[in-house]
Amino acid sequence: MALTAPIVDADKTAERVRARIESGGRDPKDIGFRWLMFGTLLFSLLVLSVLIYDVVGDSWSILSERFMDFLARPSRSRPDEAGVFTGLRGTFWIGVFVIVLSFPIGIGAAIYLEEYASGGWFTRLIDVNIRNLAGVPSVVYGILGFTIFVGFFNQRFSDANAFGKVTAAGGLTLAVLSLPIVIITSAEAIRAVPQSLREAGYGVGATKWEVVRNHVLPYAAPGILTGTLLSLARALGEAAPLILVGAIRGKLGSDAGFFDLRQLGEQFTAMPIMITEYASKPGEDWVPVTAAAIVILLLVVLGFNAAAVLLRNRFESKREGK
Amino acid sequence: MTEVRHMSVDETSTEDLVAEDSSVIMDVSDVSVYYGSFRAVRDVHMPVRQHEITAMIGPSGCGKSTLLRSLNRMNDLIEGARVEGMITYQGIDLYGPRVDPVEVRRRIGMVFQKPNPFPKSIEENITFGPRIAGIPKSEFPELVERSLRSAALWDEVKDRLNDSALGLSGGQQQRLCIARAIATKPDILLMDEPCSALDPIATGRIEDLMQELKSDYTIVIVTHNMQQAARVSDRCAFFTTEVDSVSDRRTGQLVEYDRTEKIFSNPADERTENYVTGRFG
Repeated sequence: MALTAPIVDADKTAERVRARIESGGRDPKDIGFRWLMFGTLLFSLLVLSVLIYDVVGDSWSILSERFMDFLARPSRSRPDEAGVFTGLRGTFWIGVFVIVLSFPIGIGAAIYLEEYASGGWFTRLIDVNIRNLAGVPSVVYGILGFTIFVGFFNQRFSDANAFGKVTAAGGLTLAVLSLPIVIITSAEAIRAVPQSLREAGYGVGATKWEVVRNHVLPYAAPGILTGTLLSLARALGEAAPLILVGAIRGKLGSDAGFFDLRQLGEQFTAMPIMITEYASKPGEDWVPVTAAAIVILLLVVLGFNAAAVLLRNRFESKREGK
Repeated sequence: MTEVRHMSVDETSTEDLVAEDSSVIMDVSDVSVYYGSFRAVRDVHMPVRQHEITAMIGPSGCGKSTLLRSLNRMNDLIEGARVEGMITYQGIDLYGPRVDPVEVRRRIGMVFQKPNPFPKSIEENITFGPRIAGIPKSEFPELVERSLRSAALWDEVKDRLNDSALGLSGGQQQRLCIARAIATKPDILLMDEPCSALDPIATGRIEDLMQELKSDYTIVIVTHNMQQAARVSDRCAFFTTEVDSVSDRRTGQLVEYDRTEKIFSNPADERTENYVTGRFG
């Protein structure tokens, strides 16, 4: 029998072909799956919007009536006088520590791992351990910060009444905490740079450093930026390690201004700590205060994430020559 | 320079290959290239003469590209790659202990299989090499024009030097890569299948370009395209693979190296004849 002979009656086959082709793409499994996936997305968005609606609603009385006042006042025992100034200041300095220490050191380590280190067992061992470090619970970093940084500052500045539990110790702790994530994300961005780009650089007689600086880093910049800014956002939301490093709930001994460098050697608190402080106060009056503090922290973190997205888009379009 | 070219035009017999040593700018003798314990290509003898186009042909996996990349120490970038034997450039052992691979690559430029312009402007693509070589900025405008003219690209891009190189067509990008390679004024240009990603028209332009560049540069080209080798090259090296009966791995080897007319009209080795006549590979 010839292979081309129709298996069933020709007319019937043509009918079936027609029916199949003109079915309008309504495969029930396909449609079901599509709606299932849409449902999961909807669920995530729903949870998020309920949270935001709830917290913004609770905080509205404060945000609408005394927004600037709320930003400018420190922790107080009366809800109508309380603000987040001290928390914002602490979070600001912690961010400075992460940016100034963790970013350059982390990106440098990533460059070394990807571009300079030979791919031997030792490099792989280091690589695996950095990944493990990124998974260490943040409270463990708090213990490290307490024994090393707080201990150090306590010895150096024993005259202060902070006993080493100062802003610098908190900043250093969170810089160390975000270091592994900065290294991993930067290393991944550098690894994604096409080898042909490196070859092009070496092909015209560039040294390793010239290739890295002129070609690898600009190409990897969007990925590095996204990763580092996300790690910053994560660090700013951490509360557990700061509790161990001695962030203060309640009135601080420090009255330094927002950008005052003296603050580095003073007692401190941070936004997540302030939120737990206000949340633990008794009475309905504290609910708007807590919610408003949460909104402020969300705005700070969202601001960094938005900056990450914008910068990434800019670098990417530059890379693609648009 | 012209003398040398006259000599190579006149000479026809294989004996002259040895006699004419003064024009040999690069000598590959007894070279094997390894990746770890794997020997990719073995026992190559291949003198490269100045102002000639030397083509390397052969089936896939015969080690042509591997060998080409070891001629300017590009293989250094690959973990575990190593060269045995001697590759000399102007009498200097390129794998000698005091050799700076960066300086080698400045003198022996490379054009790759896939066009790989930097994701920067056309002008920056040209000036990167000269800039890191310390050539003063004041010379850049002239250098950009000369390099682009040499690569037959100037007229197409002169009005958009600040546009991204990624906006060019594949053929234009490859000519830009050639312009970039010659901007640092190398002695030798290594080309690793420079036309394999291009259409016939773009390929034709690059082939014409190679003929023009020959008067200033020495070119070594790897190609899969036998017609291309026959059209453009002065000398031709035919490689093939042999399967090691013990390890069952393929190692490339040089079968025959001679003037291109001879390789294509009257090769000494039967394997070469089979390949160039299309009976194999």
